[in-house]
Amino acid sequence: MNPYVVPGLVLVVLVTVGIGAYGLRFARTTSDFLVASRSVSPSWNAAAISGEYLSAASFLGVAGLILRYGVDVLWYPVGFAAGYLALLLFVAAPLRRSGAFTLPDFCQVRLGSFRLRRLASVFVVFIGCLYLVPQLQGAGLTFTTVTGGSYEWGALLVGAVVTANVALGGMRAITFVQAFQYWLKLTALAVPVIFLILQWQSDGRPQVTPPGGATFRVATTVEIQQDALVGGVPVQAGQRLSYQAGDPVPPVSTVDAHFGADWLLPGGDGSLFATYSLILATFLGTMGLPHVLVRFYTNPDGAAARRTTLVVLALVGLFYLLPTLYGVLGRVYTPQLLMTGRTDAVVLLLPEAALGGGELGRLLGALVTAGALAAFLSTSSGLLTSVAGVVFTDVLKAGRHGSVRDFRVATLLAAIVPVTLSLYVSTMDVSRVVGLAFAVAASSFCPLLVLGIWWRRLTDLGAIAGVLAGGGAAMAAVLITVLGPPLHGWVAEFIEQPAAWTVPLAFLVMVTGSLLTSRRVPSDVGATMLRLHAPESLRI
Amino acid sequence: MAADDETPRPAPPRTRVVLGEAATRRLPADRAHADLAEQTSVGEALVKGLVRAQLALALRLALVVVTGLGALPLLFAVAPRVGEVKVLGVNLPWMLLGVLAFPFLVGVGWAYVRWAERNEQDFIAVIRRPEQ
Repeated sequence: MNPYVVPGLVLVVLVTVGIGAYGLRFARTTSDFLVASRSVSPSWNAAAISGEYLSAASFLGVAGLILRYGVDVLWYPVGFAAGYLALLLFVAAPLRRSGAFTLPDFCQVRLGSFRLRRLASVFVVFIGCLYLVPQLQGAGLTFTTVTGGSYEWGALLVGAVVTANVALGGMRAITFVQAFQYWLKLTALAVPVIFLILQWQSDGRPQVTPPGGATFRVATTVEIQQDALVGGVPVQAGQRLSYQAGDPVPPVSTVDAHFGADWLLPGGDGSLFATYSLILATFLGTMGLPHVLVRFYTNPDGAAARRTTLVVLALVGLFYLLPTLYGVLGRVYTPQLLMTGRTDAVVLLLPEAALGGGELGRLLGALVTAGALAAFLSTSSGLLTSVAGVVFTDVLKAGRHGSVRDFRVATLLAAIVPVTLSLYVSTMDVSRVVGLAFAVAASSFCPLLVLGIWWRRLTDLGAIAGVLAGGGAAMAAVLITVLGPPLHGWVAEFIEQPAAWTVPLAFLVMVTGSLLTSRRVPSDVGATMLRLHAPESLRI
Repeated sequence: MAADDETPRPAPPRTRVVLGEAATRRLPADRAHADLAEQTSVGEALVKGLVRAQLALALRLALVVVTGLGALPLLFAVAPRVGEVKVLGVNLPWMLLGVLAFPFLVGVGWAYVRWAERNEQDFIAVIRRPEQ
């Protein structure tokens, strides 16, 4: 095992807890806990938002998907970044000016409906858990890959550190922790990639897509763990296959991967429907993720919220230049992952595979592992803070006068379910579940926010109907995908990438429902619109 | 309960300041200001104008992104040969999606922040203009 990994991981946990404890010195009131007293500057806030956003799916999953499927999945990073542009254009400043803290708060401010508020709380908790479970799961899997320890301990360790940090320091501490973790994640990918590219140059620039298909660069042994067809030949579990340097990588029947032109050129076997569905889910889903929205209330005013979002867009875009390089170089240096199907590990394994088992390779390997840990810690902290915020205000009914102790109780309550779930469902596909969380957010909160901010005639009943129709359909699709039997043909496409029909459905039902119940338009809609859109400097 | 375990501290309690609360405390200084605060039809029209301007700006820029990025899958499907064009040794789709998409998004965002702030400045200028 790599001797630098454990010290690296311990260091990340210690620095995280240390910065959390340092932040605690400033966190005294409930306001500090929930919104850092709205006094965080745009650059800190932007780094914190980016740190929180770049999850395991971004740090490990994107590179793994690119290694496996090639150019078609580049829409994931583009969509993850473009989501912030949609947020900037339609939501950022008005949402901050609304003065609400959570999405349910926004429903209350805009439509004054208690039923809508409760429905929104249900969706926040659902999306929060849907996003939190794969983070903890990814932590467990990484722990197993790198240290050989058990999956449960990895998931529990990350769960415990995150819960302690959120419960003790709240938002104020989390802001500093997450800003630090953004820069750690960027460094953890950027520094190794420089050495990887130099190594690729000095190896004589081996082709990424050789005419004969992907080949092994060094002699490799692959252990078979389940019966499959390897290059058309049946093999049994327990068998070991050895390949010489220069041998072509055979396709394995149980692993879905693209080879040759399918990998290099767009189109492949993914249909246009799936691509557009993915684009819609990621572009519009970001604004509906609870942990992303909570961050906006820590800005001092609407203009700062807008600038913060722009900086986030730049920081996130900068980060997403890197996983592509890992995916492409993984094609050259770790082709065995295409046989085992564990492509999510490419970021963790690539430094040692390309640079050899020497000191440099090991150090860089430890660095990317530390970055992966930071990814789990920061995203799950943010998610937990937002779910705890909803539990605090809507389940414990603590309101603005709730004590810090109530917030800690809420954090513990919010952590129990996802941590327990992550121990039992270790086989769910990480990146797919994260994509589904985006689809649910895009078909429930995106229409609610966009219409709520820009359309005066939205009513509470219309909003409830829209969220139930679009969000409910997406939720059902998620449950069928995760728990149901495998699907085939166009039904599978409709259920596994639901955004292309659930998002328009949500908008349609919400608009029609509002027009039918036009007498229920809130009487104070003019004042609300003024508050959402007028610059603070007017102070009307 | 909550009151027991919180020790008294000298600092004054923090107050939440929002536009609505401020309105009750401060008397509007001029006509347009009063229109806004009292929700007259003139004030309503002013706000509607601002909302419309901001929405039009956001929609225009969204259209730029939809045509710039959203048309790509269709283009690749209709004209597969585009995928084989190479720029600096890299296939065009990789270059567009892996590298150029991000500065493009940031550029659109930068333009939006600039113009949205200008719209707000114009709105403030209308409210604060001297009475004729």
